[in-house]
Amino acid sequence: MKAIAARRHHRLAPVVLLLLALLVTGALYAVLAPSAQSAPAPTEDDVVAGEALFQANCATCHGPNAEGREGAPSLIGVGAAAVDFQVSTGRMPMQMNGPQAAAKPPQFEEEEIAQLAAYVASLGPGPAIPSDEQVDPALGDAANGMALFRTNCAMCHGAIGKGGALSEGKYAPDLSGSTPTEIYEAMLTGPQSMPVFNDANLTPEEKRDIIAYLDVQQAGSPGGTDLGSVGPVAEGLWVWVVGIGLLISLSVWIGAKSS
Amino acid sequence: MSADKPTTDLTTSSTSTSSVEHHGDHVPERFENPGLPPHVHRMGDTDPAAAKRSERQVVALFTLSIIGTIGFVVAYFAVPPGETVASMRLSNLLLGIGLFLAMFGIGVAAVHWAKTLMSDHERVEARHPQKSDPETRAGAIAALSEGAADSGIQRRSLLKGAVVSAVALAPLTIAVPLVGEVGGDWNVSKFRHTLWERGRRLTRDPSGTPIKPAEVTRGSVYHVIPDGLREADHWIEEKAKAVVLMVRIDPDQLTEADDRKDWSYEGIVAYSKICTHVGCPVALYEQQTHHLLCPCHQSTFDMADGAKVVFGPASRPLPQLPITVDDEGYLIAQDDFNEPIGPSYWERLK
Repeated sequence: MKAIAARRHHRLAPVVLLLLALLVTGALYAVLAPSAQSAPAPTEDDVVAGEALFQANCATCHGPNAEGREGAPSLIGVGAAAVDFQVSTGRMPMQMNGPQAAAKPPQFEEEEIAQLAAYVASLGPGPAIPSDEQVDPALGDAANGMALFRTNCAMCHGAIGKGGALSEGKYAPDLSGSTPTEIYEAMLTGPQSMPVFNDANLTPEEKRDIIAYLDVQQAGSPGGTDLGSVGPVAEGLWVWVVGIGLLISLSVWIGAKSS
Repeated sequence: MSADKPTTDLTTSSTSTSSVEHHGDHVPERFENPGLPPHVHRMGDTDPAAAKRSERQVVALFTLSIIGTIGFVVAYFAVPPGETVASMRLSNLLLGIGLFLAMFGIGVAAVHWAKTLMSDHERVEARHPQKSDPETRAGAIAALSEGAADSGIQRRSLLKGAVVSAVALAPLTIAVPLVGEVGGDWNVSKFRHTLWERGRRLTRDPSGTPIKPAEVTRGSVYHVIPDGLREADHWIEEKAKAVVLMVRIDPDQLTEADDRKDWSYEGIVAYSKICTHVGCPVALYEQQTHHLLCPCHQSTFDMADGAKVVFGPASRPLPQLPITVDDEGYLIAQDDFNEPIGPSYWERLK
């Protein structure tokens, strides 16, 4: 100890101390940091199996090392959440080029999706797949979710999440068929035209509130049919074509002579 | 009178117009009044079985209305709206069907009754000339002239001025409060400025929490309101003017005018969310193209290039909010927007 104490005024002492502090902080963080992943942690086998799947199905566009190419983004650092969202909703592998990749029946089994996600997550740190508790609508506050949805989501997805049009053939999809996990992952990763809503913008609790609000909408409209809830266009079409059409035919019937 | 003309006259007149000859049609100079078509009896007028059938149909329609009314009353008591959305929907649906049948049955039955069973005598009511006879007209003019002469309005010009002024001014008692109430506040200049001022923090909408630059990651979009908005007078009007959309753009994709180089912070740019076309909130941000789309009329602004209009009817870019950070590292405004927000009306005041 005396030898160390004697060198405490050495000009390299601050550097050594700083390195030690960094090491301790890093080690403590690795031990204590909460993990968002609830599913069993992916094993090395999953990563290997995922890489094989990736090379066979994804590398054509995203490159053999997932580094991306012209028109296909790099997947390094997108995290397991992005892979889980894109592949489990069938958006990836993409069927054809178009304004945007449409959802379709998933092309992989759940286990394969988990392996792909493990492989992509191993390429660089990124958002993890949320736990069941993080996306449980029963734990969220639907009223707060409505305020947040109105500010951040409703302009594209519509007042109750039935979707809407964007520019040049792109569109915001209908959310009524999306699972809570998919909604959470979409907010976290910002697929395609959708912006990212990171945990600083919408906290995990606020994301869950939004999921709770969308879950309440599944019960439907108390007033009867909602005409698709896509706004004034559908309602106007009904009024002008069906409503006024019925009124005109009734007027014709009233005015016609009886045979 | 011309209707009395013999048809031979009509043929000679038609030869003088070449266009008629060209088409080979025989167009008379004036059509004769065809009169009423022969009266056709309805089936029910001649066939008692048909009349009986119509009667049964009318009775059935009235019965439908009675069933609707009974159904409405039964549904009102038996299926009240409960706590769940499904029970409210069922209650509304049953009440609606009952109300529809009750009203529609009566209406259709009445019309059907009138059309098939009530008398169908056709009556012609000739249209009389509306002009009064000359004596009545002359009498009215005489009475008016006599009244005007009697009042002395031609001689007493002061009286004439007084009555015209009084009658002309009286409607102001209605017009002034009406215009005042409808307009509310005619102080237009307050739209020139918003709550934003030097040092005011940018906060999240609706929570009102301040934002650090590091939290605005690539691809994120922040819907921003000024700090302390809720404490402002008429905060909801102030919010309507001050809402901001904030994004981070990669430095190599960001184009900035020379005089606005220091308005962004590390690639974070903030623009008014009020469309310059007619003032809709423009907030459909497509993060891949950096385009911001207005849902009302599809005006599209390029957030990476000064929010310039790239499509649609808007005629000027969105006003930019110059931003920086304060001592605690939170994003703040440098000043108000560079120009008044909202529709391009302001261009004309320059």
